[in-house]
Amino acid sequence: MAGISRVAVTDTAADLLRTLREANGPLMFHQSGGCCDGSSPMCYMEGEFRTGASDVQLAALEVEGIPEPVTFWMSVAQFETWRHTHLTVDAVPGRGGGFSLEAPEGMRFLIRSRMLTTEENAALNGGADAGGGPGAAGG
Amino acid sequence: MTDFAAPGTDGAKMTYQSRYDHWIGGQFVPPAQGRYFENPTPITGQTFCEVARGTAEDVEAALDAAHGAAPAWGRTSATERANVLNRIADRIEQNLESLALAETWENGKPIRESLAADIPLAVDHFRYFAGAVRAQEGSIAEIDDDTVAYHFHEPLGVVGQIIPWNFPILMATWKLAPALAAGNAVVLKPAEQTPVSIHYLMSLIADLLPPGVVNIVNGFGVEAGKPLASSARVAKVAFTGETTTGRLIMQYASENIRPVTLELGGKSPNIFFDDVSSAKDDFYDKALEGFTMFALNQGEVCTCPSRALIQQGHYDEFLEAALARTGAIVQGHPLDLATMVGAQASNDQLEKILSYIDIGQKEGAKVLIGGERAHLPGELSGGYYVQPTVFQGSNSMRIFQEEIFGPVVSVAPFSDFDDAIKIANDTLYGLGAGVWTRDANRAYRAGRAIQAGRVWTNCYHAYPAHAAFGGYKGSGIGRENHKMMLDHYQQTKNLLVSYSPKKLGFF
Repeated sequence: MAGISRVAVTDTAADLLRTLREANGPLMFHQSGGCCDGSSPMCYMEGEFRTGASDVQLAALEVEGIPEPVTFWMSVAQFETWRHTHLTVDAVPGRGGGFSLEAPEGMRFLIRSRMLTTEENAALNGGADAGGGPGAAGG
Repeated sequence: MTDFAAPGTDGAKMTYQSRYDHWIGGQFVPPAQGRYFENPTPITGQTFCEVARGTAEDVEAALDAAHGAAPAWGRTSATERANVLNRIADRIEQNLESLALAETWENGKPIRESLAADIPLAVDHFRYFAGAVRAQEGSIAEIDDDTVAYHFHEPLGVVGQIIPWNFPILMATWKLAPALAAGNAVVLKPAEQTPVSIHYLMSLIADLLPPGVVNIVNGFGVEAGKPLASSARVAKVAFTGETTTGRLIMQYASENIRPVTLELGGKSPNIFFDDVSSAKDDFYDKALEGFTMFALNQGEVCTCPSRALIQQGHYDEFLEAALARTGAIVQGHPLDLATMVGAQASNDQLEKILSYIDIGQKEGAKVLIGGERAHLPGELSGGYYVQPTVFQGSNSMRIFQEEIFGPVVSVAPFSDFDDAIKIANDTLYGLGAGVWTRDANRAYRAGRAIQAGRVWTNCYHAYPAHAAFGGYKGSGIGRENHKMMLDHYQQTKNLLVSYSPKKLGFF
């Protein structure tokens, strides 16, 4: 399953991540749900947001120019409704969004989505209908 | 020419300053680091003022002011505070049109809504909490003939409040009114998308409040919101927003052992039973409006009825009528009174909504109407507009599970009562719900079975004070808009008093 991942990063988002890495150090994402700025990925300094048993790591994103992976997390419950989709972290002009690090940069991270391909679904979810469980959410 | 002139133009009912500093200790205070950010109106995308970009130093200054004001404010009688709240309500009422204009210009919502809902409801909430605190009583428990437990309400002291951008003045009011009624001083951080309409409100009411009782620090969440939420100098944090930030705020609060109230949104079901269509009468017409409520405030409402569940027996017929009602929505300049749907609050909000319309179609949901960005002419071409959109799909799709916060509703059929409740409750959230039926027993049973804090029954999107509002499940903690919110802003002091002169006999 080399090369298969649940999460990708656009060039625009990678640029923004490099800027934020330079200013803040190692980074992480936690995908939000709910209202206002919800349904958007929140970017924090690694460890700022405490993940626990109710979270699943979807990916450890390799971004050129950033020495360590950027982890991407989501709550387990939310993941169950998202697991059939592939996510791409993008960035668009915008502002605000909880305590996410990029807000003062005039940019906002955004998730774009598509359905997992059959091959991806087999590798990541163990097939079309099989529930792989959170543990199967490899990076 | 629009019905209302834009702020600062000829004939306008209000004018924004070109720059806003923080409001600390009853005066404008420049940001410690001297930085400002631009504030565009989503109606045209053009910047209309700049706003202080606050940091931890500014939050500390605001906390200093609040701590300076809190003891005296907390000692005022409930009567005095209620009188202040009533005066604030009167002042808002006297300036209803200018405040509605301020809110619409900053947020993008149609002025018919800010005139008829946002601002009148702010008046209602200040008056309600003025009355509630006057009527509030402590309690006495007679433990035995010689021992009495007295329970007093005391203010918490200084509280932090983080306000969302969808109803900038009303959401601030939901939090300010109970906090002030209970005798607290406040440090408030408005959303960075809508940072200044609250300053305009303050400019109208500043003379009614002692300096330092309400302080406003502007800025970005990470730079100003975080130092406020994580400060050991606030006795409580109130937040409306989304789940990840809600968790982060709870995390910060846990470090200081502070209480929080959180309102984190939802994915509200709106259930239409077959009998709704048994007559084409006023009630049927009302139910169709209830369906179309997904477009109220451009769908930027935590309780947006974004999942319409329609019973199979009248599914085709009701949906056809609902689509006709949706098609009749007037989208246009938010400053025109005929406009029903205005601009989304920000560019990133627009992009997010479009990304959900995209994945909805990729998941196999069918766009029945709308489904695209709305391109409006003239000065609106730079604004952020989305066509009211109706999807048909199934509840497992992401457009049925995630808050889109746009004028987008996802429709699915259900077979019977149990099926309706099962689908309605198949969500991580539980803030709002709607039930439409002519059968009172069915309405009652459905309302009790749905796991949500507010079940509108044969109505939707009413927000009167005196009706508790808050979430089940992932939608948050606490109940606003009701006297029970006073408890969330108060300590309980128990005096346990012995009137016996006799010793116990232990020593």
